[in-house]
Amino acid sequence: MKLLTHNMLTSKCLKGVSVGYPLGINATEVTTSVVDFDPEFISRLIPKLEWHALKQASDIIGEKGYLPEALIADYENNEEFLKKVHHALLEIEVVSGNLVCPETGRSFPINNGIPNMLLNEDEV
Amino acid sequence: MKLKHLEYQLSSVQPFRNPKILLEQYVTPPHIAACMLHHIQSEHEDISSKIVADLGCGAGCLTIGTATLAASMVYGFEIDVDALSIFQDNIQEFELSNIEAIQCDVKKIPRRFEKMFDTVIMNPPFGTKHNAGIDLEFLKIGVNLASNAVYSLHKSSTRNYVKNMGKIWEKK
Repeated sequence: MKLLTHNMLTSKCLKGVSVGYPLGINATEVTTSVVDFDPEFISRLIPKLEWHALKQASDIIGEKGYLPEALIADYENNEEFLKKVHHALLEIEVVSGNLVCPETGRSFPINNGIPNMLLNEDEV
Repeated sequence: MKLKHLEYQLSSVQPFRNPKILLEQYVTPPHIAACMLHHIQSEHEDISSKIVADLGCGAGCLTIGTATLAASMVYGFEIDVDALSIFQDNIQEFELSNIEAIQCDVKKIPRRFEKMFDTVIMNPPFGTKHNAGIDLEFLKIGVNLASNAVYSLHKSSTRNYVKNMGKIWEKK
């Protein structure tokens, strides 16, 4: 599971959960891969992200302080910054661990890099 | 990439081992998958450098084909753990790093994903196993997730109905 995926997932479909975002991450195995860098693609993704959630996830799973506290202005023209975002979003992979609902503590397992967001019938 | 080459590549994607009838796990044949994806890219340029979702990705034939055609990122959504385990084997075999999979019910994909994808592709369940209407449900979800285009395979007997629904959704 890439951090881009973590940035999009929520536990809002659980009964009684109002926001369910961002999900906590407990990682037991993390790996990094090499993904082709496409600055235009990263620039297009950035407006869709919750920066704070990405920053927090990157601090926990990657290297603390790797990403700045806030999204910088004029990021489209800052290749160094886009490369960092690219690495955090697409190259860090959580192979196994859990995602945790911030409101209920319900945990969603990540196995083989795939988060399991399925709910039991009594949870919906 | 040439159509023949894509079809050859997709012919090595492993299919479901024990297809589950109730989930309508029919394999997308490599020839159909290759024709569909080749058309989407060569006629509409909706794969290369795009972010794409595959709803009900199964063993991943369409997902892998999309990744092979240089999508920036492809998301496969699938409910069934057995299908996903074959999916995972297939991805490793192809050594692709632009694929993500999420195990979830397509009907419960978080709303944050809405309009996140440029293109949505699918070979949805056709709704022939006590689940009438699920094909259109998948299609509607695809329309919500995509900012640009949705490509979906359907039974030809439902063509006019699907066309009409498209017109109704367009008005909303």
